[in-house]
Amino acid sequence: MVLFDRVQLAFDEKVVLQDVSFTLVKGHTKIILGASGSGKSTILKIIVGLLRSDAGVVWVNGGRVDQLSERELMSVRGDLGMIFQEGALFDSLTVRENVGYKLYEETNLPLDQVDRRVEEVLGFMGLSEHIDKMPSDLSGGQRRRVAIARAMAFKPRILLYDEATTGLDPITATTVDDEIIKLRDLEGVSSIVVTHQLRDAFYIADHMAVRGQDGDVQILPATPQKADEAEFIMLKDGFICFEGNAAELRLSDDPYLKTFLS
Amino acid sequence: MRVFGFFEDWLKGAALETQEYVRLIGAAFRGLLTPPIYRHDIIEQFDEIGWGSLTVVLLTGLFTGAALASQTGLTLDQFGARPVVGRLVSTSMVKELGPVLTALMLTGRIGSGIAAELGSMVVTDQINALRALGTDPIRKLVLPRILAGLLMAPVLTVISDFVGIFGGWVVARFQLQVATGLYWSSVTDALYIQDVEQGIIKPFVLGFMIVTIACHVGLRTKGGTQGVGRATTVAVVAGSVAVIAVDFFVTQLMVWLIY
Repeated sequence: MVLFDRVQLAFDEKVVLQDVSFTLVKGHTKIILGASGSGKSTILKIIVGLLRSDAGVVWVNGGRVDQLSERELMSVRGDLGMIFQEGALFDSLTVRENVGYKLYEETNLPLDQVDRRVEEVLGFMGLSEHIDKMPSDLSGGQRRRVAIARAMAFKPRILLYDEATTGLDPITATTVDDEIIKLRDLEGVSSIVVTHQLRDAFYIADHMAVRGQDGDVQILPATPQKADEAEFIMLKDGFICFEGNAAELRLSDDPYLKTFLS
Repeated sequence: MRVFGFFEDWLKGAALETQEYVRLIGAAFRGLLTPPIYRHDIIEQFDEIGWGSLTVVLLTGLFTGAALASQTGLTLDQFGARPVVGRLVSTSMVKELGPVLTALMLTGRIGSGIAAELGSMVVTDQINALRALGTDPIRKLVLPRILAGLLMAPVLTVISDFVGIFGGWVVARFQLQVATGLYWSSVTDALYIQDVEQGIIKPFVLGFMIVTIACHVGLRTKGGTQGVGRATTVAVVAGSVAVIAVDFFVTQLMVWLIY
């Protein structure tokens, strides 16, 4: 679904990404870890086409986003949802208008159908009672969840989370993590999660969402097979210094990884 | 060498800004010719820029016309020409003061607002969010503002002209004791169609300049809330200077073309 092949990017003299290569498989999760300024968010911006790489190849859903024009990128973005740091909600629009933005503005769907979808998505995120509020009336955690709702409202196959839990308290962060897990396991969305919060990264990798007989969703410890579908990437100075699953990351002898994990 | 290096950097910066400004205008023009067109945003901006600026333009026009009549009345008295005060008010308002003062008011009200709004959207990633959601910010945010600025500036200028001439009449009638009929006949006697053409064409250019400068500055905001403040200041200062300078050049061009 997403393929990075020897991607490089520099801003003036500063090298941000150096020969970065990885693949995101359908239905899997790629968790990108790294210190601040290591180029994690830059990877997401390159995938969406907000930034252009200097060298290398970037494939997203069969399109080479490193070569597409802004106009051509619009069709690729139709299958990508991105959750920005701090949410980046449109502050002059209500929660309903934010969540339904793409459907209201960029599609010809009848309004009642869009309204239904918005209410369905907000119900899924447990935010139904906030539908007519402005973003400024929401808490930090609610804003992140509205941002996730906005990104998933048009049913993209890939969701990109840029520090979705940074700055949130552990309990709120867990509710956001649960939404990421639910979207992956119940909606079949492939995800790239950028974070430097190890607790959240391992939580997402080690848990899975299951819908019970009664329709209720439960978050349970992941089966070994499911846990393998979450792959970690560690960035250091623009390079990938580790790639593997959660167990391999925990067992790594690399001094930098040990420092990072400690 | 250091001075030369500074000058070189300044030139590069100016060239880059000019290039980006022209690219923005080009992209907006392409947005006008191809779908999608965000109609409700266009209507919203017409309302915001047109209706929203009406009060400030009315007040500016009224007091400018009144002050102009009061000042010129004193000078004309020295030549025993007080009855022709309407001529001075109408030609000054229609050809120069109406377009320029309306444009300056719009720069303060609209230019600063646009730069602050777009700048805030840039620093809070809302512009990137728009792009990620498949919306071209130029079509959605810039084009509606350009259309509204381009078309509402002349409308507001005409209103300002009328209100200014009316303000002149109030002073002429009640302070200078000029008969109403005499004032209005001197107003119409002094105006030629070329003057009106000049007064109508100028605000199209000025409205376009104000909005495009503000959009350009707003979209290139960097550096958080401090950057938003800086962008707002730059938009007002650059817009005001551009209004005065462009007015001069357009006046020269119009004089050369139509008189």
